[in-house]
Amino acid sequence: MSQAEVKKVRYRMGKLERKNTLVAYSFLAPNFIGFAVFTLVPVICAIALSLFEWNGGDISKLKFVGLDNYATIFATKKVAEKGIEYFFNRADLGIALKNTVYYTVVTVPLTIICALALALLLNKIRGAVFFRTVFFFPYVSSMVAICVCWSFMLMKDGPVNQLIMALGIDFNKGWTADSTMAIWSIILVSVWRNMGYYMVLYLAALQGIPRELMEAATVDGASRWQQFLHVTLPQLKPTTFFVSVMMVISCFKIYDVVAIMTDGGPGRSTKMLVTYIYDEAFVKVRYGQASAISMVLLVIVLAVTIIQFSSEKKFSND
Amino acid sequence: METAVHGREIRKDNPTLRKVLRVIIWVLLIALAVFTLIPFVWMISSSLKLDREVFAFPMRWIPETFHWENYSLIWQRVPLLTYFKNTAFIAIVVTVLQTLTSSFAAYAFAKLNFRGRDVLFLCYIGTIAVPWQAYMLPQFIMMRSMGLYDTLWAMVVLQAFSAFGVFLMRQFYRSIPTELCEAARLDGLSEYGIWARIMLPLSKAAIATLVIFTFVNTWNDYMGPMIYLTRDVNKTVQVGLRRFIQENSSDYHLIMAASLCSLLPVSIVFLCLQRYFIEGIATSGLKG
Repeated sequence: MSQAEVKKVRYRMGKLERKNTLVAYSFLAPNFIGFAVFTLVPVICAIALSLFEWNGGDISKLKFVGLDNYATIFATKKVAEKGIEYFFNRADLGIALKNTVYYTVVTVPLTIICALALALLLNKIRGAVFFRTVFFFPYVSSMVAICVCWSFMLMKDGPVNQLIMALGIDFNKGWTADSTMAIWSIILVSVWRNMGYYMVLYLAALQGIPRELMEAATVDGASRWQQFLHVTLPQLKPTTFFVSVMMVISCFKIYDVVAIMTDGGPGRSTKMLVTYIYDEAFVKVRYGQASAISMVLLVIVLAVTIIQFSSEKKFSND
Repeated sequence: METAVHGREIRKDNPTLRKVLRVIIWVLLIALAVFTLIPFVWMISSSLKLDREVFAFPMRWIPETFHWENYSLIWQRVPLLTYFKNTAFIAIVVTVLQTLTSSFAAYAFAKLNFRGRDVLFLCYIGTIAVPWQAYMLPQFIMMRSMGLYDTLWAMVVLQAFSAFGVFLMRQFYRSIPTELCEAARLDGLSEYGIWARIMLPLSKAAIATLVIFTFVNTWNDYMGPMIYLTRDVNKTVQVGLRRFIQENSSDYHLIMAASLCSLLPVSIVFLCLQRYFIEGIATSGLKG
């Protein structure tokens, strides 16, 4: 090939490549423009906004304050004075964190146990489709309707307390109006609503266990219980890991149930991270502080995600 | 060998144990199903009572007289029809936009080579991990400055371009053999033609999953409409119902009737398409 020819081919290839790239971009554009404007830009702005003080008025009132917002939410001055207990017992962020962690630590294992039990019961049984639909149903029903229904049922004279009294236990408090029981009513509704969803994931995992493994265990004389302990459970490990990570993240984002059932109360007993963000942002209109709390949420969720990615290999089946 | 025989004998020689086990499983299942369904039963029962009967002691599951008029009353007391229309509008527009744009973008990510592909895809994946609640405030400020505050379009653009849809569709497209696209390219089909005539028809199952997910999520969304929609004419079923509850907090019977109505559309969609929904979750393993 002569120099000129090589140049010509190169020119054509460059043109083709450019054309291909253009075509690809035209495929991406409709989604990407929306995505960039309404997701990517706000994500970047959120970090910046946490360094400013602003009450949402005129943009000229935007004032750079450095890390002051963080100092306020972590109550650094008072903590330096009175020790770390102040943060967890008095500061809004400390209480919100404590409640959210408490809620997460109880809800995740409870949901996993219920979901796994449902999946095991439903595995290889006639009529499984019917029961699967029943258990899944709460997950698709609208939040407001079911939360309101549950908070009525948990009222002082409601059916739940009538049942408890019938069992001979003296208990007649409204669940959502009592500062120790309020968080438990939220846990109850969360577990009740989500167990069907995670059951589906467990069912899929159970059906994926190779039949030969079960047969081999039977041939080796394993009892049903041994089979469950030494074959089924280890095979479900990756699913359990995946499910718990997903659940931890969604627990940290809890808002709907709390907002509808208790609105963070009574007192601050069910104040969660996101209800705190909501209050600061849309009730008290302190945008800078709200963004600083958002960053705390972001850091926690990202940390959990990173742990998931880095230990995925350890938990996956070979 | 001995243990093996032993094991088999246990299985064969205990038909009673098997029967007992079977009975236990069924009893447990039915008990759990009752626990799952009882709030809905209570909702139906209360919606047909008078307000003072709802918390009567001892409670009756079947009302003395059925007050069907509760259901006609709520349509007068709450602008439910407006709420339904608004929610349906948002849900349908979001579902259509989301499915179209994300399957379009997913095609580029899965089957085309271009500069910057991996970096862009990383952006998408990265934002799936970022909780919406962490950036909802800057998003809100932006939307307000665009004049979208308190409009239904705010809810549309909020949810129509989610990274989740792109991710779901891309995973599915990658399972379609690239040779198919190449063969079509040799036959002179443009990329748009390949997308429309080959990829779309082949991805019906994935699209069904995405459609149902998006529809259910937008219908049940609470926090978004709560922040953006303030005028009554713009409210969705969820926030509208919430407002009705706050203003008439002791009309238990009416609240239950209205709640039941708000459940119906999405329940019907779910019951008709539940196979796609549940299988979609099982295969993608992702939450919408």
